[in-house]
Amino acid sequence: MDLTKLTIAEARRALDAKEYSALDLTNAYLDVIRVKNPEIHAYLEVWEESARAEAKRADEMIAQGKQMPLTGIPIAMKDNILIEGRIASAASKILENYHASYDATVTKKLKVQGAVFLGRANMDEFAMGSSTENSAFGPSKNPIDLSRVPGGSSGGSSAAVAASMALAALGSDTGGSIRQPASFTGLVGLKPTYGAVSRFGLMAMGSSLDQIGPLTRTTEDAKILFDAIKGNDPQDSTSLPETGRSDLPSLEGQTFQRPKRIGVPRSFLAEGTDPDILKRFEGQIQKLAKQGYEIVDIEMSHVPYSLAVYYIVMPAEVSTNLERFDGIRYGLSVPAEGIKEVYSKTRGAGFGAEARRRILLGTFVLSSGYADAYYRKARAVRSLIRDDFMKAFEIVDAVATPTCPAPAFKFGSKSDPLAMYIEDIFSTPANLAGVPAISVPMGAVNRDGVDLPVGIQIIAPHRREDVLFAIGTDIERA
Amino acid sequence: MSDEKPIINIRALAELSRLAVSDEEIAKLEKEMPSILTFVETIQKADISSAVADTSLRNVMRADENPHETGKYTEVLLSAAPAREGDRIAVKQVITRKNN
Repeated sequence: MDLTKLTIAEARRALDAKEYSALDLTNAYLDVIRVKNPEIHAYLEVWEESARAEAKRADEMIAQGKQMPLTGIPIAMKDNILIEGRIASAASKILENYHASYDATVTKKLKVQGAVFLGRANMDEFAMGSSTENSAFGPSKNPIDLSRVPGGSSGGSSAAVAASMALAALGSDTGGSIRQPASFTGLVGLKPTYGAVSRFGLMAMGSSLDQIGPLTRTTEDAKILFDAIKGNDPQDSTSLPETGRSDLPSLEGQTFQRPKRIGVPRSFLAEGTDPDILKRFEGQIQKLAKQGYEIVDIEMSHVPYSLAVYYIVMPAEVSTNLERFDGIRYGLSVPAEGIKEVYSKTRGAGFGAEARRRILLGTFVLSSGYADAYYRKARAVRSLIRDDFMKAFEIVDAVATPTCPAPAFKFGSKSDPLAMYIEDIFSTPANLAGVPAISVPMGAVNRDGVDLPVGIQIIAPHRREDVLFAIGTDIERA
Repeated sequence: MSDEKPIINIRALAELSRLAVSDEEIAKLEKEMPSILTFVETIQKADISSAVADTSLRNVMRADENPHETGKYTEVLLSAAPAREGDRIAVKQVITRKNN
């Protein structure tokens, strides 16, 4: 088996045809991990023994003819998704020794399918960052160019799949944290519709934005993994019901119509985007036109405010969500005189610089006297961004942009926080509007003699992941 | 907001957030925060007169019924706590008597 080209779909075929066993497959990945992980640092922890046990169980399922789409498929889990009894640290010192008390819903679903958990993938601390440089345990490297970042925050997940250290991975995406790393490493990354995948057992960052999704080699694989983890969950109050939402298309009786029209918000793309990326993007758009898609110029007047809105709404939610890390119930606890000192010393010692910065920023935008000008205004603009998409989707089936304004950057090149935040310019609108978006490779741009992959982002209406998969597959075909 | 720069008191924010921050970091943040705020303030230019509240957003509550069996999760949750006394999480004294 050639792990550098292997897909979930092909592995499923070979496993079911008994060309190799799930244990063979898992061992092959563990071998690559042993060689490559010391350098790439995609994993914070590798679960060799349990992975082999899970693979053996998968082989039993296959022997009994009880296999499911992910039976025996070795995957990497981002370090902010809980697996009962195992450490889940969110790449933070404050949870360095925290053992998860329960399974996330996505974990349960993968266990039922007989998937194999290879290890926990590195990330920016609490999913805050675009490079894994904010991991408390050191960054991961981009397998394509080791002097460059693998993207973030799901950078361990992207590095693991790109280096053939996992067949697929789960990540989480609050403002681009699945799509940007996918773009940087030549993978497919899907941020599902807000509420499509349960977030029960995902460590909350921005609760109105977070979604779990797959990082895979192909669009087909992204669909397989998405289908396995999606669905309503009573344990997540933001989980979408299958029916009964008048404002969203019902899943019942939904018939797939081939997408025909793709909108391009060109005036939004021009500013600050790397010229080589724009060139690749226009080339990809032309290919789609040749494949029969109608390309339409669209105006989205409020979408350019997305990044500014995001950097108000998200820190506000971060400052609230991270309140729970107080040194009392779980995680790090720094002994001190009184309870207030336990709180502040634990949090001061446990959180890294970016987490601290966002907690303070969030506390500011929510504080009395400023909440109207910042938080409430941002919420109002957010609703207009959502309207922009709703109006666009009256004329087009999907919207296309580059996933990122530039290819993978070098370590240490974005020391100014704002320079890092700009990475999210094209990815945050989908999170703010709650719509699904996918990043699919659209070739490469050359930097210092290295071909660095870049992605095209396709955005679809709520619950229309099927549109993303159809266009993604056409992009791969071209 | 546009004609008047907000004064950002990092020390006060750190206090409110129950976050110990070193003097060195406070000095750094005092430089960084205004530039981040200047950037996010671009939203002040947006005309929100046409904005209507997103009607799809509502609170989702489950019925207060079918509790799980008492004690089912006690051990697993307490085992994560830094300090415990029996079946309780032990915490420092919250209210102290001032001497003066």
